[in-house]
Amino acid sequence: MAILVIAEHDNANVQASTLNTVTAAAELSGHGAGDIVLLVAGSECAAAAEAAAKVAGVSKVLVADDAAQENALAENLASLVVGLAGDYSHILAPASTFGKNFLPRVAALLDVQQISEISAVVDGETFVRPIYAGNAMATVKSADPTKVITVRTTTFDPAPAEGGSGAVEPVDAGDDGGQSRFVERAESGGDRPELTTARVIISGGRGMGSGESFDLIEPIADKLGAAMGASRAAVDAGYVPNDWQVGQTGKVVAPELYVAIGISGAIQHLAGMKDSKVIVAINKDEEAPIFQVADYGLVADLFQALPELDAELAKILS
Amino acid sequence: MKVLVPVKRVIDYNVKIRVKADNTGVETANVKMSMNPFDEISVEEAIRMKEAGTVEEIIVVSMGVQQCQETIRTALAMGADRGIHVKSDEDLEPLAVAKLLKAIVDKESPELVILGKQAIDDDSNQTGQMLAALLGWSQGTFVSKIELGDGSAKVTREVDSGLETIEVDLPTIVTVDLRLNEPRYASLPNIMKAKKKPIDEVAPADLGIDTAPRLQTLKVEEPPVRQAGVMVDSVAALVDKLKNEARVI
Ligand SMILES: Cc1cc2nc3c(=O)[nH]c(=O)nc-3n(C[C@H](O)[C@H](O)[C@H](O)COP(=O)(O)OP(=O)(O)OC[C@H]3O[C@@H](n4cnc5c(N)ncnc54)[C@H](O)[C@@H]3O)c2cc1C
Ligand SMILES: Nc1ncnc2c1ncn2[C@@H]1O[C@H](COP(=O)(O)O)[C@@H](O)[C@H]1O
Repeated sequence: MAILVIAEHDNANVQASTLNTVTAAAELSGHGAGDIVLLVAGSECAAAAEAAAKVAGVSKVLVADDAAQENALAENLASLVVGLAGDYSHILAPASTFGKNFLPRVAALLDVQQISEISAVVDGETFVRPIYAGNAMATVKSADPTKVITVRTTTFDPAPAEGGSGAVEPVDAGDDGGQSRFVERAESGGDRPELTTARVIISGGRGMGSGESFDLIEPIADKLGAAMGASRAAVDAGYVPNDWQVGQTGKVVAPELYVAIGISGAIQHLAGMKDSKVIVAINKDEEAPIFQVADYGLVADLFQALPELDAELAKILS
Repeated sequence: MKVLVPVKRVIDYNVKIRVKADNTGVETANVKMSMNPFDEISVEEAIRMKEAGTVEEIIVVSMGVQQCQETIRTALAMGADRGIHVKSDEDLEPLAVAKLLKAIVDKESPELVILGKQAIDDDSNQTGQMLAALLGWSQGTFVSKIELGDGSAKVTREVDSGLETIEVDLPTIVTVDLRLNEPRYASLPNIMKAKKKPIDEVAPADLGIDTAPRLQTLKVEEPPVRQAGVMVDSVAALVDKLKNEARVI
């Protein structure tokens, strides 16, 4: 039987998280599961469906184009997916707030125990997933007939966005159950790269002391083309928006370079960034636990170090 | 209205967990246990609703071993009214917990169930959504603000791109994120008072629910450890390392 991947998209393009999830699906195909089918549920989402059809390895794209699917409301999306589920051995979505919101509903309606946030595929029914904020890795085997899975995007490379030639097929989007209604979205946005896909991330913690001092990070982030992140303490203190939070209960990231400024390195923060390729920590406390995972550590006052770092980068990058 | 708040007993978030030598799980003997931090936030929110006069009764439920009653007592000391302990010595998966909660909802008819967005032991992030599906109710997940209205509620959700506000019909399921509120500590008099509040004990079988696990844990291992790095003594040295050794800038 085929594999159904629920695409995360903005009606025009498919999100990178979808490409990582397709790679996890491709690994399942390698273990004997069938073709990969993408579901694009949205409103006026023909462009996203076309983009989905080009993703390498995708055999078919189902498009549910209807106002009822416009805002990925969990009730409507779950009932759509449950209606399609009979044809599939595996149903996958990225472990983003998009996937985490609706997929457990699908699992419950199918009477299946979902496998959350897999970080590796062992075979068609066996998966590795982090538990306890990534301080342990559990290998679990599912006895359910359909496997319902969210995928930790940082541990699967993105599938090539070009090269596929899937057939696009419309499907009935289902009714608007009307139990919940979209009101508004406040995106903190900006023109920086997205945290989850950035090659470089610079994060600030409570040590920054205020929202204004994140201005010291900005020119450095500009020079490195970096996304900006934060610890929970910095978000809770109101220095920066919630979607900057990296960690067990925020975003999980794995960039080439992660720079932690004024962050102590609590396990809940490490859970979100310790798979980064190179980690740099700048902290005035030489005992800070962040230094235990840092490839390069600098004991310094950040208010002095950040302007210096900006100046040094200006030298080598000019 | 009546509110139901499920609270899970987990290893305290400050404990550095250890994987058992035989790779069957995580060491729990002689380890400090606490209420799942998200569930403290749920309890706090329910109490604030009661203080505001919109909620009459707060029922807390915990499922698992005998000591879950301590977790229930903590919630009662914070200000919840009564407890239900679903006693089981087996590990209960989110689907089983959701089914047991549905059976309790069918009996108690709350108009609102507030859960944590995730338990910090299994990191599943499933139970609330599953319960909503089994009941056929609306849901608001990862919530940092709740405004109860007449027949509906407006909730603000923390999503990857920022904040999203939706309106959900009552009865509903809410799962809470960290920034909803700051939970209170129980005062000594309230801890004493909580000792007299009732806790009902039931077994999964009494509720007619099969809790047999669907996932078999084959092994639990330590994650790969990072090699210790080096300390540099200046910003210039750091930049040099990043450029010429790590080659990431
Ligand atoms: C259920 C739960 C979930 C959580 N989830 C997350 C999560 O997803 N992400 C997360 O990050 N946290 C999370 N936390 C919180 C976590 O436990 C820590 O409290 C938090 O990460 C601490 O943030 P911090 O390192 O910025 O602050 P602190 O621990 O206060 O560290 C500040 C650091 O800044 C340094 N500093 C201060 N001034 C300067 C200066 N002038 N120059 C240089 N250094 C300086 C200090 O030496 C210190 O090391 C969670 C906690 C719980 C209970
Ligand atoms: N054994 C349990 N007893 C009571 N509540 C639970 C239990 N397991 C999960 N929950 C609730 O479900 C939430 C999410 O848990 P999970 O889906 O396991 O991440 C928790 O924050 C609790 O509110």
